Amino acid sequence: MKLSKILKNGLLVVLACFALSACATKKVSTSQMQSDVYTGTDTVEYLASGVPDRVFFATNESVLTTASRETLRKQAAWLRKNSDITIVLEGHADERGTREYNLALGERRANAAKDYLMTYGISSDRISVLSYGKERPVDSGSNPLAWSKNRRSVTVKAN
Amino acid sequence: MNYFKNFFIYLIIVLLIPLKSFSLIEVDITRGNLNPLPLAVSPLSIDDKSKKSFEKLLKEKNIGEEISSIVENNLKTSGLFNPLSKDAFLQEPDIANLKPRFEDWNLIKAQALITGKVSNVDDKLRVEFRLWDVLAGKEMMALAFTTVPTNWRRVGHIISDKVYERLTGEKGYFDTRIIYVAEEGPKTKRIKKLAIMDQDGANNKFLTLGNELVLTPRFNPTSQMVTYLSYFRNLPRVYLLDIETGMQEVVGDFPGMTFAPRFSPDGKKIIMSFAKDGNSDIYTMDLENRIVEKITNHPSIDTSPSYSPDGKYICFNSDRSGYQQIYVMNSDGSRVKRISFGKGIYGTPVWSPRGDLIAFTKLHKGKFYIGVMRTDGSGERLLTENFYQEAPSWSPNGRVLIFYRETKTDQKGEGFSAKLWSIDLTGYNERMVKTPTDGSDPSWSSLLSN
Repeated sequence: MKLSKILKNGLLVVLACFALSACATKKVSTSQMQSDVYTGTDTVEYLASGVPDRVFFATNESVLTTASRETLRKQAAWLRKNSDITIVLEGHADERGTREYNLALGERRANAAKDYLMTYGISSDRISVLSYGKERPVDSGSNPLAWSKNRRSVTVKAN
Repeated sequence: MNYFKNFFIYLIIVLLIPLKSFSLIEVDITRGNLNPLPLAVSPLSIDDKSKKSFEKLLKEKNIGEEISSIVENNLKTSGLFNPLSKDAFLQEPDIANLKPRFEDWNLIKAQALITGKVSNVDDKLRVEFRLWDVLAGKEMMALAFTTVPTNWRRVGHIISDKVYERLTGEKGYFDTRIIYVAEEGPKTKRIKKLAIMDQDGANNKFLTLGNELVLTPRFNPTSQMVTYLSYFRNLPRVYLLDIETGMQEVVGDFPGMTFAPRFSPDGKKIIMSFAKDGNSDIYTMDLENRIVEKITNHPSIDTSPSYSPDGKYICFNSDRSGYQQIYVMNSDGSRVKRISFGKGIYGTPVWSPRGDLIAFTKLHKGKFYIGVMRTDGSGERLLTENFYQEAPSWSPNGRVLIFYRETKTDQKGEGFSAKLWSIDLTGYNERMVKTPTDGSDPSWSSLLSN
């Protein structure tokens, strides 16, 4: 009787450990992705203090997320303050799509960012768009997290 | 660019003896061939004097043996033939070419025999070859070629094409070239160059230096022109390259990215995508009068256009239904019709040179497939599955597809590679096509000679 109780308790402890560790590993991946859009900061660079240079997209999508809009509003504010600066919006796709479609998709993503900047008063004369399709990944991994980092539009100073 | 000139120096082909129309051997190429036809490729015989002169000229020890090994390799690679080991050959090449002892060839189970003779005639390379039906004890074909000695590899390819055609009843695809993108360097900073090689991997040459990103080269089906995408000055545009002269020019004057170019079957137009304000549509430009026409007009992405061989239709890739699917329309853009309805998403449609099929890339449940379907979308058949592969290009006879495949990287993000592969329409005979560097975006030329 006693032995079985110990075993039972032991088993519970083991199960609890499993549950915890499962949670722990899950947390690591979800904390950097929300419904397959990258939310981390690993690859992000800054145009100025507090002004991130890039926004991320869901698979096959070019819709701006709430976080992306916030980033772009910061970029727009920075561009309004620095009216001599011109920019290139570089649109990218992940490696899980055909090359030609991805070129078009990268262009669509960069234009989504451009349209948003324009609604915040940035003239289209100051913005050019360049799609790299899947040609320039930032993360060479072949996994969902790496792909989420690569689906992006990056704002680059052109002058 | 001298190299290219050699390709167009004339080639004289003489029919030695009229073809005898009947024979016992036939190879069925419409089914997967698990029992390739056993045949013997006897080394082409060569007299000592010619041998020495060609050795001096071409730096090849025995040009007769070299040409026959090209033939042997081509036939073997096709998957339809099984060239037998030369160790088992009983008859000397020169005697075999005069009159084979069919019993001897029968003994080693050869059903067909190729013999021939090479000689130096006024500093030209003269090659004659004969194809024999061993079982019937008859000559099936006899041809002689005279050409400049530097053309010797092409002679091997032309012989291969003639043998293939005689035994299968369809044109061959050996006297052809592949243009592709040679890749080097880390995945995040790939250096890409245009490269061209013979169909068997010989004579590889780089056509650009790698200073700018280049993608998706495609042959003009009627000439030695190539269209491709270059990021020259960071402006992705469709270019035209004459591989004989090395001359390049931008196609059209578009205020934005042009991409996904291909020639029309008559070689007179380029069809491509132009992206503007987040929308990609399909355009054509006439290369003679430079007139640009807009073919599709839809807020979705329309790309990867490819003409039917008669020029009447265009298949293309669009996400107007929400995801990438394959569509067919008339060449003026009218009567757009979706043809892909299977599970998954579809891209890179390419119309077969025979007109009856469209090859494509498909993504379903995280796997990539190369497949074919009829031009109305029926009869979908997947030929190969992998982690990543795309961009099929047809051999000129429509029997083989060449495409590229990328590997999954390891946990450190290392181990990336991109290679060219080929597979028969039957789904059999999948092979890696060797290239000096990594490779992608292959495009198969038409037959250089007919």
